[in-house]
Amino acid sequence: MSFVFEKDIASALADTAQGAATWRATARFKTGRVAATGQLPDYQELRAQANALKRHAINHLDWYLQEFEKNVQARGGVVHWCQDGAEAADVVLQIAKRRDAHLIVKSKSMTTEEIHLNERLGHHGLESVETDLGEYIIQLLDQRPFHIIAPALNLTRYDVAKVFEEKLGVPYDAEIPRQTQTARAVLREKFLEAGIGISGANFLVADSGAIVLVENEGNARLTTTAPRVHIAVAGIEKVIPRAQDLAVFLKLLARSATGQPLSVYTSFLSGPKRGGEVDGPEEFHVILLDGGRTKLLADKDKRQSLYCIRCGACLNTCPVYRRIGGHSYPWVYSGPIGAILTPQFHGTEMEPGLPFASSLCGACGEVCPVKIDIPHVLLKLRQEVKAAEEAQGAGQAERAAFRAYAFAATRPKIWRLAAKAARAAQRRTPKSVMAAAGPAKAWASEREIPLMPAKSFRELWRERTSK
Amino acid sequence: MPRVALFVTCIVDQLFPQAGLAMATVLERLGYEVDFPEDQTCCGQPAFNSGYAAEARAVAAHTVKVMESADYIVVASGSCATMIGRHYAELLGGEPLKGRVFEFSQFLTDVVQVEDVGAHFDGVVTYHDSCHALRELTVKQGPRRLLSRVRGLELREMEPAEECCGFGGTFSVKFSGISGAMARSKLDAVVATGATTVVSIDSSCLMQIQGAAARAGVELRTMHLAEILAAR
Repeated sequence: MSFVFEKDIASALADTAQGAATWRATARFKTGRVAATGQLPDYQELRAQANALKRHAINHLDWYLQEFEKNVQARGGVVHWCQDGAEAADVVLQIAKRRDAHLIVKSKSMTTEEIHLNERLGHHGLESVETDLGEYIIQLLDQRPFHIIAPALNLTRYDVAKVFEEKLGVPYDAEIPRQTQTARAVLREKFLEAGIGISGANFLVADSGAIVLVENEGNARLTTTAPRVHIAVAGIEKVIPRAQDLAVFLKLLARSATGQPLSVYTSFLSGPKRGGEVDGPEEFHVILLDGGRTKLLADKDKRQSLYCIRCGACLNTCPVYRRIGGHSYPWVYSGPIGAILTPQFHGTEMEPGLPFASSLCGACGEVCPVKIDIPHVLLKLRQEVKAAEEAQGAGQAERAAFRAYAFAATRPKIWRLAAKAARAAQRRTPKSVMAAAGPAKAWASEREIPLMPAKSFRELWRERTSK
Repeated sequence: MPRVALFVTCIVDQLFPQAGLAMATVLERLGYEVDFPEDQTCCGQPAFNSGYAAEARAVAAHTVKVMESADYIVVASGSCATMIGRHYAELLGGEPLKGRVFEFSQFLTDVVQVEDVGAHFDGVVTYHDSCHALRELTVKQGPRRLLSRVRGLELREMEPAEECCGFGGTFSVKFSGISGAMARSKLDAVVATGATTVVSIDSSCLMQIQGAAARAGVELRTMHLAEILAAR
């Protein structure tokens, strides 16, 4: 188990202010989700449909991506196929150079967080400004998102007042409406100055060559229409076959995420401004990012991880995420979905403990709008971690213990004797001695150790039946 | 007389034998002949959940062999019933023990189709939903219906009842800090109901809750559903 991860968990558990903020915010989302999905009489059918649509799209990804490209081109847009973050950054840099753009406004996008796009562009002298309020705050703090849909979820308004005071030079003010006004004043100027707007995409609609964006602040709409160039960066798994499929996904997405029936703004964007149109960008680009996704496709079982629509419901319901928060996780994707995406994108060795940091309670799978069986994927990943350990000759003590366990559990006589001996030993050993090392120590660090009874069930059963 | 075979689970066998005996008592009162195939050991879940598929497969094959001849297999745990009923197919292929594996409360409500087993228990209790029973076996109302027919018993719902207690097998020791925090939240929810007894169909959850209660100095009784239903 990696030391860093354990240390991060310990410090997160000790941070009561962050813990309380996380608990409160996720509770709000969670309650909202329960109420909003409860209003859908066909909620379970919609989940099943969403799952079937995603499965179909992912199983025919090559076909739908090409159809998407063809339809984007037909509307005057350009599609760029990028293997990784470096290629995606190159595309942006070339466009910026050609358009002589130096400032970029961005609407919230986990995909660009994933490839550290801002930093990459920054190295080439391009300034990127995040325009989603939460994302803007964490950009000022140089932090990574704490949550998939609420990047600054761990911060209180008092934290934000301090950030604005330090970074923007405005007087300390903890009133949220005035904080919003402050950010708005700064960002309006940026929208007007920026040569390029970069967004993500919630959906790529193959049959219409359109991207769909959902948001609550209106900043994505400005990002995609005010600058002369709009570039959408999207993972290839975001493609769905038809516009009509949105009837399923849009019913589920906001309800699962924030508990809203719909987000405040849902934008359908296809192609640049056409002749006679007043609004819209002059250029419309879509960067289709692989970034490791095709690796996931190879595994028939775990491929379902690509169905994710980034609603964050699994985070909000996860008893582990809600206690340790997003920054304890090793990558930008946190919570249950992060626990299955991270090892698949970066290899299990990045954080071997990650798939094990779950009680397998199944709450994540229960709320997933596209029915990703997250506990099942976690179990598969646990097997992969152990196989990798074995190949490297690591984790020998634990493996020996489980081999001994399996040896005894398949030999009833040995099992009985071993259990009886263990019970007798446990009853004679003082708790302080038991709690000195190993799993008993870990158990006793939080709870009392139960005293084993003098007789097992099987002994009592024999007595009972011989009477 | 119809026959059932008990799968008591390793945790009940070694730590909570009274739960297993109570299960037998309840089933016998309902007219079943109860067997305990003595060669049973563990369902294999500790290895399965820890990523040791080969070890889990060996234990699963052993359990199938031991339980094969039974018409009904009644399991003292929702988690182990899930392991046997769901994950064995994945490990062993085919449909091992198909349609014959029931968690205890599930057997009463779905097979015996009984709600009033003639039990009497004086006390205020709250019911803890164990995760695998709830989410994999969709056992939710059954145990509550059984409890509601126990004379002298007052059932109070905790809020939230569906939140995990934090046990999770080896999770409880691999990530003891998180597990302990979850146990304390669960304990708080139990205590807030004013109940003096917490009931579950999974003894491992009860061990976790009891461990947290003892550490916090909270007087709390933990009982398997079978123990309540066997009380007269």
